[in-house]
Amino acid sequence: MNARQPIIHPYIPNSAPAARARMLARIGISDIDELYQDIPENLRLRRLLDLPEPLPSEVELTRHISTLLSKNTTCDDFVSFLGAGCYHHHVPAVCEEITRRSEFLTAYAGEPYDDHGRFQALFEYQSMMGELLDMDVVNVPTYDGLQAAATAVRMAVRITDRRRILVASTIRPDVLSRMRDYCGPTLSIEMIPAMPATGGLDLAMLDTALSLDVAAVYFENPSFLGTLETHAEEVANRAHAAGAICVVGVDPISLGVISPPASYGADIACGDIQSLGIPMQYGGGHAGFIATRDEEQYVMQYPSRLFGLTPTSVPGEYGFGDVAYDRTSFARREEGAEFVGTASALWGIAAGVYLALMGPQGMRELGESIMQRARYAMALLDDIDGVTAPPFDAPHFGEFTVSFDETDKSVAEINTMLLAERILGGVDLSSMFPAFGASSLYCVTEQHTKADLDHLVDAVRRAVS
Amino acid sequence: MENITDKRYEGGHPKPRRFHQARWDEPILFELSRPGERGILPPRVENEIHDVAGDVVGALPPALRRTEPPALPEIAQPQVVRHYMRLSQENLGLDLNVDIGQGTCTMKYSPKINERLASMPTLTAIHPLQPLETAQGILEVLYRFEQILCEISGMDRFSLQPGAGSAAIYGAASILRAYHAEQGEAEQRREIITTIFSHPSDAACAKTAGFDTVTLYPDKDGYPDLDALKAAVSERTAGLMVANPEDTGIYNPRIAEWVRVIHDAGGLCFYDQANANGILGITRARDAGFDLCHFNLHKTFSTPHGCGGPGAGALGATDRLAPYLPTPLVTFDGERYGLDNDRPRSIGKLRAFYGVTGAILKAYAWVMSLGAEGLVTVSRTAVLNNNYLLQRMCEIAGIEAPYASGHHRIEQVRYSLQSLCAEAGVSSEDIGLRAADYGVHYWTSHHPFVVPEPCTLEPTESFSQADLDEYVEILRQVADEARTTPGLVRTAPHNSTVHRADHTPLDDPAQWAITWRAYLKKRDASSQAP
Amino acid sequence: MTNLSSRPHHHARIGLIVNPVAGLGGRVGLKGSDGVEIQRRARELGAIPQALDRAADAMTRLHSIADRIELVTCPGPMGEAVAARCGIPSRSVRILGKADQGPTTAADTKTAAREMHRLGIDLLLFAGGDGTARDVYNAVGERQVVLGIPAGVKIHSGAYAIGSAVAGDLAAAFATGTWRRTREAEVLDADEDAIRHGVVCTTLCGVLRVPDDAIRLQGAKAVSGKIGIKAVARHLADEMNDKTIYIVAPGTTTRAVFDELGLDKTLLGVDVLRGRTLIASDVGEAQLLELLAREQSARIVVTPIGGQGYLFGRGNQPISPEVLRHVGCNNVIVIAAPEKLDRLTTRPLLVDTGDEAVDQSLAGYVRVCCGVDDVRVVRVAAVRDIHRELEGADTR
Repeated sequence: MNARQPIIHPYIPNSAPAARARMLARIGISDIDELYQDIPENLRLRRLLDLPEPLPSEVELTRHISTLLSKNTTCDDFVSFLGAGCYHHHVPAVCEEITRRSEFLTAYAGEPYDDHGRFQALFEYQSMMGELLDMDVVNVPTYDGLQAAATAVRMAVRITDRRRILVASTIRPDVLSRMRDYCGPTLSIEMIPAMPATGGLDLAMLDTALSLDVAAVYFENPSFLGTLETHAEEVANRAHAAGAICVVGVDPISLGVISPPASYGADIACGDIQSLGIPMQYGGGHAGFIATRDEEQYVMQYPSRLFGLTPTSVPGEYGFGDVAYDRTSFARREEGAEFVGTASALWGIAAGVYLALMGPQGMRELGESIMQRARYAMALLDDIDGVTAPPFDAPHFGEFTVSFDETDKSVAEINTMLLAERILGGVDLSSMFPAFGASSLYCVTEQHTKADLDHLVDAVRRAVS
Repeated sequence: MENITDKRYEGGHPKPRRFHQARWDEPILFELSRPGERGILPPRVENEIHDVAGDVVGALPPALRRTEPPALPEIAQPQVVRHYMRLSQENLGLDLNVDIGQGTCTMKYSPKINERLASMPTLTAIHPLQPLETAQGILEVLYRFEQILCEISGMDRFSLQPGAGSAAIYGAASILRAYHAEQGEAEQRREIITTIFSHPSDAACAKTAGFDTVTLYPDKDGYPDLDALKAAVSERTAGLMVANPEDTGIYNPRIAEWVRVIHDAGGLCFYDQANANGILGITRARDAGFDLCHFNLHKTFSTPHGCGGPGAGALGATDRLAPYLPTPLVTFDGERYGLDNDRPRSIGKLRAFYGVTGAILKAYAWVMSLGAEGLVTVSRTAVLNNNYLLQRMCEIAGIEAPYASGHHRIEQVRYSLQSLCAEAGVSSEDIGLRAADYGVHYWTSHHPFVVPEPCTLEPTESFSQADLDEYVEILRQVADEARTTPGLVRTAPHNSTVHRADHTPLDDPAQWAITWRAYLKKRDASSQAP
Repeated sequence: MTNLSSRPHHHARIGLIVNPVAGLGGRVGLKGSDGVEIQRRARELGAIPQALDRAADAMTRLHSIADRIELVTCPGPMGEAVAARCGIPSRSVRILGKADQGPTTAADTKTAAREMHRLGIDLLLFAGGDGTARDVYNAVGERQVVLGIPAGVKIHSGAYAIGSAVAGDLAAAFATGTWRRTREAEVLDADEDAIRHGVVCTTLCGVLRVPDDAIRLQGAKAVSGKIGIKAVARHLADEMNDKTIYIVAPGTTTRAVFDELGLDKTLLGVDVLRGRTLIASDVGEAQLLELLAREQSARIVVTPIGGQGYLFGRGNQPISPEVLRHVGCNNVIVIAAPEKLDRLTTRPLLVDTGDEAVDQSLAGYVRVCCGVDDVRVVRVAAVRDIHRELEGADTR
């Protein structure tokens, strides 16, 4: 290493030369290089890394980053109808405030004493999700909804000791990709087609596929195409009759008005909590949940941490800890179920704050308002010649498919024209679901005003004419 | 004026802090619920929308219509804020304490400027499926950061998609599986070799991806045992997944030989770089011959740990293995940034969309603030801090650093409090909990304890000499207490948020309560039992 | 689930047996105190019995629950002398039998243990060393939950707490706990003579049932072994085929394999399987050699015993060097719960068959099956090669 003096940097207190000298003296060495004695010389990098010039002042750094990011257009600048797994719901100021608290932000894995706050906040998140989902066990969040779904079906595999997984063909494509990778070559994932008219699962095809080697039947409600499954209970019943576990993926924000999966027979509910008080961040703000009944055979198959309430040595004092810690890979390395690590705990706290603010009334009003706005948009879009919104005869929540098949425009062309009007049109489904032709997935949230929706309809009308 | 200050010192040294953590004895949120209270109001629907839409909820088929509102608590806004603020006070984040006790977690300062930058709407309010031309800024950040990681590690490509370290490790195992399948050797190559002192996820993720694991124990000096590796390798070996330095802080001087042994047997090598903080700019994964490696952005690259996430993982590969990386990868054609979704050999999606962008931005900003000289200063200072701490910790009677005696360590040290514990009749966990009474904590290690009565410390570069001295003094104080008043230590903590908990209900299916509703059911059932 | 605002009281009946001569030899440089002669020598040298003090430490920790327990104990130095230390009212103390002035013997321990078990106690506390644990095992086997208060010099058995006060705490928690989970602990017999000559050799001589605590028991710095052992056992049971005979050595892990197969294992002896069927129980060397002469394919299944991790020691008499030569050292299957290996840290598993050549062919590295798809590679060493390392090493 060259004999240059190390730089002094605000993040590195012992970069100050006096401290270094004292510490070196205390250890009894003259150069830090001696501390790297175990690294052989031929593995030592004897040049500086070739990195960009540093910007050590906040002023320079801010200028650089904000210039870079200014090349982005935000969903506040434009009106966005993009959904498909990431949603532009309102993030309450209180959610932001609490997740900014550095007591939470900079904590990690302390004990349920010095980090009691984190345990209680996450226990409360688990509890509120439990009410929303009508289930008694909810995990500390995993990475995202994709992982939640993939883990949920592997849990079903372990519980039933079977190898086939049946999934609805209207599954979100990214979830399917994650499942395929996570389930690996020894498990088989088979698609069950949807009814073209309703987007609902084809029960006859399900019956054909079901047998005594099916571990799980997975569908989403609403489906990726926006349709609610009107035969959910039948699907669950058929799964159970074959001894299979029914796994349902949901967006929790819909559960103020839509009945929770447990009510129609789901054994495992899963999904993503990004809608609950987490900003979109270009897809960087996700966290997954898995929920089940409080039965030992389910609890023991969760790979995630599960926080539980427990007494302390002082009567009446609430304490917390890990439930059945033995089952995780922290305790058991390769004998644990799957693996566990840092995931998305802070977002669990954010979602808890969100649900606490909303309460039952708020979730109900919100859900209803989203459905009303979506219904309004569908009605007006459907009125446009050549446009069908939705092409499925089914109830919807906040997302719906819009078919442009009877126009002479592709979705890409339409979206380009919408972009010129400062509208981000729905996600292009044409290559994901070619069977449905030129169609697009539109997402309406509580942030869309009547003016926004009218503007959209207007712009679409002009675009297709 | 009285000399208040002098009374804070004894023999020239500061006396131990008279710390007490906030103790609010706060009820569970549901107990604060009062009927009718509202915490936030959703935006109202205009009448015209209402008129067109009608009774959307009533129109739902009964099976889909929620009959009972969810039993969420009803709490007004100030009360919600107060509750969570109190809980936050009952949490010892890094910003509040000399957080060197969470060894292997690389608890370092998360610069506040980066928090501000990552909360700009030009990051938070963009949707991942926006047209690429409207997201050039964030794509450029992702691209630039990938280049930085390539330079630091020597790898050819990085995916920034993994949600955190274990996700990246799993991704590596998945890539090994895909590679060997393409070679037609999936059935043959079923074993992944790791070491007992690598992170449990190295073994667990390999197993999750369908491999059998072969775990090696160290030699008598605590170094990874090359002879054991040679005995373990065979035509069944798919690859090696190890950390270096290991969680004990010991660097494997023969790491390049390890890689050769595996390559000679037809396997691939993955470098778990969770402990990279001590070797940035000092040595590179590629130079040791590795095919894959990963970084934890929430460890080495300063992004905050968030109580257990969100963090972010970066998975690096050589050109040969890059086609297997998760999809999409970020591209740059000289003018525009894009996303390459057309990758037939990829393992698919590890995570939704492209990665934990907030963390990636903070990590990028951190590197940009430091530059190349800054990074090497980070590592050299972290290693200096670690060995200074090692020197001072071993001066406390009853505390040792087993293995590699006489050798320096890299990023952390796993100590053993065995002698102290045997003498005093306490456990390492007891000592850690008593340390919490002085405003610090430490982490023993993953279970099971291979090093007896362990304590793993990792000072990183963020703490000053005074911070390290204070920490050592606290442990010395607690060690003395363990000898003289062991009962006090065994029943610690006393100045924390709550008192020693009884964890037996947490392992009993009849008693465990993972939600408030489960607790109420079991509580009411047991009070009715005869 | 207990209501967090008030807990129901739990009454417990605890038995206490003190082996008053345990630990006698250690302080004056004699190892162990088995044998009346050693005891006499120790007393001559001024040794003071430690066991009573240690038992007193433990009993003091029961103060807070004194009103909720009944104590059953032995007269004089075998328990009565320290019973009062826990603050228990004398009406709640029951003394079995009458005080005797002579030196106490193993027979006294066994009689007392049997009697207490017959009366019905929730937990039997005993203070002593490996010898005392052995006596308790011979009296009550695995039928009674027990816990040892360490008072011996060097204790190898896993039934002991890590300290005397800790034993008291653990007893209190177990006695008043609403849910009492237990597990197995090895009772080991260390060859005291061998130890005096610098060689440590432990044999499994029983298994006791103890409170399942991850932290406070000797050698139990790990999570419960249940999941691990079952997984190992199931994995091995799945692999067994009918063309091979399996010579299965003593141990709790090997016993778990038999449990998986629905068979009864001789805990302290060697049994033989053909595939999944038992063909011989508690065999000696001669029988094994006879069997091997007729068989094409044979394996030995062994699990490490004790803190040092003995694979083949002098105690494994049926599996003699001759048997090992016949079967072949690469046909030895080693199984273990991972916690067992972790406790070794960097130390090797040990072999000391008595035959140097056989020891050397076993030495090197062995793959230990620790569960489904979980193999650990561990060093194996011949005792004579490293006995200097062992001397003075604390095996905890």
